[in-house]
Amino acid sequence: MSDHVSRKDFVAIIGTATAAVAVPTAAGAAAVPAPAGMAPMEMAANTAQPGGMAPLGNEPEAYTYFTEPEATFIEAAVERLIPTDDHGPGARSAGVAFFIDQQLLGAFGTAAKTYRGGPWGVGTPMQGYQLRQTPAEVYRQGIAATEAYCNKTYQSRFAELTAAQQDDVLKGLDAGTIKFDIVPAKTFFEMLLQNTVEGFFADPQYGGNRNKAGWKLIGFPGVAAYYADKITDYNKAYNVTPVSIADVQQGLPVAEGHQLMHHMAMENAKRLDEVNQ
Amino acid sequence: MPKTMKPVDAVMIGVGWTGGILARELTKAGLNVVGLERGDFRNTNPDFLTPGVHDELAYAVRNKLFQNPARDALSFRNNVRETALPIRQFSSFLPGDGLGGAGVHWNGLTWRFLESEFKLRSNSIAKYGAAVLGEDCTSQDWGITYADLEPHYDRFEYLCGISGKAGHLNGKKIAGGNVFEGSRKREYPNPPLKHSYSQEMFRKAMSDAGLHPFIAPSANTSQAYKNTEGVQMGACAYCGFCERFSCEMSAKGSLQTTLLPILLKEPKFELRTNSHVLKINVDSTGKKATGVTYLDPSGNEVVQPADMVFLTAFSLNNVHLLLLSGIGKPYDPATGTGIIGKNYTYQAGTQATLFYEGKHFNQYMGAGSLSMGIDDYNGDNFDHSGLDFIGGGVIIQSTGSARPILYHPVPKGTPRWGAAWKAAVAKYYNSSLGFNAIASSQAYRGNYLDLDPTYKNEQGQPLMRMTFDWGKHERKYSDWLLGRFDTMAKSLNPQSYTLNALSEHNSVVGYQSTHNNGGAIMGTDPAHSAVNTYMQVWDVPNVFSMGASAFPQNAGYNPTGTVGALAYRTAEAVTKRYIKNPGLLT
Repeated sequence: MSDHVSRKDFVAIIGTATAAVAVPTAAGAAAVPAPAGMAPMEMAANTAQPGGMAPLGNEPEAYTYFTEPEATFIEAAVERLIPTDDHGPGARSAGVAFFIDQQLLGAFGTAAKTYRGGPWGVGTPMQGYQLRQTPAEVYRQGIAATEAYCNKTYQSRFAELTAAQQDDVLKGLDAGTIKFDIVPAKTFFEMLLQNTVEGFFADPQYGGNRNKAGWKLIGFPGVAAYYADKITDYNKAYNVTPVSIADVQQGLPVAEGHQLMHHMAMENAKRLDEVNQ
Repeated sequence: MPKTMKPVDAVMIGVGWTGGILARELTKAGLNVVGLERGDFRNTNPDFLTPGVHDELAYAVRNKLFQNPARDALSFRNNVRETALPIRQFSSFLPGDGLGGAGVHWNGLTWRFLESEFKLRSNSIAKYGAAVLGEDCTSQDWGITYADLEPHYDRFEYLCGISGKAGHLNGKKIAGGNVFEGSRKREYPNPPLKHSYSQEMFRKAMSDAGLHPFIAPSANTSQAYKNTEGVQMGACAYCGFCERFSCEMSAKGSLQTTLLPILLKEPKFELRTNSHVLKINVDSTGKKATGVTYLDPSGNEVVQPADMVFLTAFSLNNVHLLLLSGIGKPYDPATGTGIIGKNYTYQAGTQATLFYEGKHFNQYMGAGSLSMGIDDYNGDNFDHSGLDFIGGGVIIQSTGSARPILYHPVPKGTPRWGAAWKAAVAKYYNSSLGFNAIASSQAYRGNYLDLDPTYKNEQGQPLMRMTFDWGKHERKYSDWLLGRFDTMAKSLNPQSYTLNALSEHNSVVGYQSTHNNGGAIMGTDPAHSAVNTYMQVWDVPNVFSMGASAFPQNAGYNPTGTVGALAYRTAEAVTKRYIKNPGLLT
């Protein structure tokens, strides 16, 4: 099975005879300073046109929703959920705490896409989330309640506990053996776990999955690529450096299948422009 | 005083598959049509372009293309003894929002329902006796046959360029296609998609077991295709971002890829987006609709007079608007009387996940409907004698949805987080495969849709309340199927496997399917149906209620093929007969 798509195949895919594969030009990458413990994000070098948008440059990232103690808690907690080990970086290094911070400040955290009308009933598990709290509020109250539990049980903050103690606390939240008054501990834990997995595997544009640590761990090649010529490579590993949305947008060097996909989509867009005129 | 627009021949409430098909056919017949779409305008270029459109978090997790419950939601309960609470976040089903509707973000599995499905109740009683249905089962015959729909299935398939292989062509069974399907008059418009490694394993194992594997019919086009409207579609890239996403390659059948370029140039069609219909207006007799009232993008009320009103929204929203408009008698489960909201059904499911050592399945490659299937355990394709249930489902092994936030299976017993979880995810992400049943959902007396007494939407109108749980047929089929799944899983030689039966109770948490059916069901008798077989509301025959809300119950397949076929059948009847002689079609 050929790894390359011939011009003839390509024309057949697009349904037009004007295609030619353009290879994006390479551009360097610059590192942006990051909070302690987090890997810096890869940012493209200045590829902007004169007069266009300046690159992000060296502006540091900052927590915008979490207070400093909250950020310390979240950094410690996500590192237990997905720890650094022989398999590679964990959630802290992947920027998951920053990812969650940004999510809580936006539409997710403020429950913008959630039905918000009362009355607020206690439903069955089949009826789903029924709390009045937004996710941002669940975090604020859940972190405070967990810290209160740690203070009472260990006379220490969560981040200062041993890894084994931290795991015990998280297991207690997960199993529902630790109970809070103001917000269900299990709800807080489930949200934290879900958002941690999201931050580890989402496109790096959201501030997590730094250096594509999550994608590298499992061998996910990232944003869409052209696989019509690979789908019948039975039981054959497909190893490429994972590709993010920004990589493609900024014309950084990416795997051939990703280049081809983007190019063909752009050709299709050009064709549609003509159709729509 | 609301502003009143110039009268038109027909108004479409919602512009997705059915609204698009009806608008095209009616304007072709010379009628003036207005399409009112409550969501945004969107088109392949520029709205669906790479690379941003393949963002798993935004689209698949944060529901970018789906109805916003802050504006309009439903409430849900399992039975009448419970108090319904709002579905605050859509999860188990994901209604589409915006031009093209759910037809933008679907996977593309495009089936014809089995011949036996259309006579479900009478066939079941004749073959297995009346007792098999159970007292509370209200499933019924459709009032039409497969033969009635065959030409219309054909039109929809050729509109979308469905890729597949016939298994039953002009009475002749063909190995490699689905030999259980009803006889078709011609081949699929495009050859089947190429299939993946896991699908080849599945095909071989099923074939060795004496079953009848076939590659599923798909609206992901296997090659570039110029459709029956002269619209050019692309070829599927097997990029693996299909369900919950839109397609930048114009390679998935949707309004945008099949009809929209024609409609946008059609002078007799006017599209108004961000226009939310509040109700259908009827005259003083209550027997004739005069048009609709809607909110324009700024929230002003507007009246659009029309000779014909087509409910072409998502199935649930069709029923909601009938209830809000006071058209037809609402169903009452206590007495079994009334019809609007009756026979709400869903889609049952049973899953298997198989884990291997060191295999490379590359499940992130593929397409939404790239599937190897068997139909041996669907509908009446197997003998139900002594089983005490009816129905079944197609079983598919699919490749192409393995995006990592939502797909990272681990064997049973693996911790949910921590180092052991991380190791298992790394080991099995690319070395697991799954297969699942898309199973039928029978209608029961206690499952229905009505208006919620408490919760209101953004407009201050009552939310629709869904009362639903699984019944005997779904539960017994799933239990029975687990035995078959066990055999099937073993035949694929995994290191370990997990079987998931149907949930004990239906839940709105965790994705199942966006196959919400019934509530405005079709039939031949006004006592047992809301619409006739041409989708005309019996009580108000210039209102046509389209879509899967008309299914008397759901078959063991995805619904879109039948939704499209029913739309073409109505379009033919309206353009050839109704406009010459308005009234109930017979």
